[in-house]
Amino acid sequence: MSFSVMLRELTSGFGQTCLIFVLTLLFSLPLGMVVYFGRVSRIRPVSWLVKIYISIMRGTPLMLQLLIWYFGPFYLWKMNIGGYKFTAIILGCSLNYAAYFAEIYRSGIESIPKGQYEAAQLLGYGKSQTFVKIILPQVIKIVLPSVTNEVITLVKDTSLVYSVSYIEMFAVAKQIAAAQTTVLPFVIAGAFYYVFNFVVAWLLEQIEKKLDYYH
Amino acid sequence: MNLLEMNHIQKNFDGLCVLKDISVSVKEGEILSIIGPSGSGKSTLLRCATMLEKIDGGEICYLGERAALVENGKESYVKGDQLKKVRSYFGLVFQNFNLFPHYSVMKNITDAPIHVQKRDKEAVYAEARELLKKMGLEDKENAYPCQLSGGQCQRVAIARALALNPKILFFDEPTSALDPELTGEVLRVIKSLADLKITMVIVTHEMAFARDISDRIIFMDKGVVALEGTPEEVFGSDHARMREFLGKFQQ
Repeated sequence: MSFSVMLRELTSGFGQTCLIFVLTLLFSLPLGMVVYFGRVSRIRPVSWLVKIYISIMRGTPLMLQLLIWYFGPFYLWKMNIGGYKFTAIILGCSLNYAAYFAEIYRSGIESIPKGQYEAAQLLGYGKSQTFVKIILPQVIKIVLPSVTNEVITLVKDTSLVYSVSYIEMFAVAKQIAAAQTTVLPFVIAGAFYYVFNFVVAWLLEQIEKKLDYYH
Repeated sequence: MNLLEMNHIQKNFDGLCVLKDISVSVKEGEILSIIGPSGSGKSTLLRCATMLEKIDGGEICYLGERAALVENGKESYVKGDQLKKVRSYFGLVFQNFNLFPHYSVMKNITDAPIHVQKRDKEAVYAEARELLKKMGLEDKENAYPCQLSGGQCQRVAIARALALNPKILFFDEPTSALDPELTGEVLRVIKSLADLKITMVIVTHEMAFARDISDRIIFMDKGVVALEGTPEEVFGSDHARMREFLGKFQQ
């Protein structure tokens, strides 16, 4: 197999990697906020359930969670859903990352001084106005470095979907490597991951710089 | 008419009685200073008046309208639009400013009048510039709080509170976080407000300032009003605790 064919195969796999990455972020970033609100809910059963959820998501391997999301419906209820694999992957990744984001948001929100809420209350802002206008912008600045960390981890974690035999870049690399007995596809895949993460880190750094006008 | 009336206010923190049956009233145009040792309940009283803390007993009225009543463990605070209206009567200047760090000086001052009171943008901006001029900060409207000194921050905070046109302005130890030089500039600004006949309630440790600016002074000790009167009466009193407190200041 020529280098260019190898590169073409890996590039098409990279498309799938990107798709999983983008969709997972799209769902897990807002979902993390919902999970946070559940985590700090005054309704006890809700906050307990969410705490258990976060604990399981963080306490077990993502690969195992993917296997359960994918094979669970079949083994548990004999459900045989066609074309379900991709949904299971996005579901598994999003729910897993939302748990981490929720805890990051919580640390950020809890670090905002009480005085900010009090000042907002005195100035007549309502609860949602206070959160959206006063608290959230400050939280975003605080949590950005931690979120960057998670996002970079996610780029690499997309490779875990090979465990449910989904064909993305990592799976392609493995196939070619086995068939051609060469380590080259791994090196190329590694370069892809690295460059992708380099760009991701650079982009998020630009946002950080943009928010650098105050502290 | 009394702008504010607090009757028989009680407040406990985890069984510790911080305010023991305190009654205070503030007339329109009056400047009231509250002095006393740390832990005497001065700040708690302000926080109760501004509804940052809930009272455990007593009654709070603004302009004759009851804002809160707690009797025999039954509490009734005004809610919804009533509460909004009551809150619009007062402003508070915090000890540590609590400016919004992500907003410029101008936005700190104008955001609430525009988005809470829904007033005309241009008018609010014009008024804010006037206020900044009064505060001696006309060249700082685009600065961020982190670029200002403590004294400048506190002056912005005063402008922010004034921009909502409150009927009564509370100050919670406005100079306690500032060095003597910066304290001076903030006190000068507060004094200039006094000349405008703005009703003010000031919790302070600046004795000379309180004596100079106030129409009336309350000396609090251990959760009760130990002494109340004109500055001359309070500072000339031979009340033992007051003398002891002042003596420590004069040393």
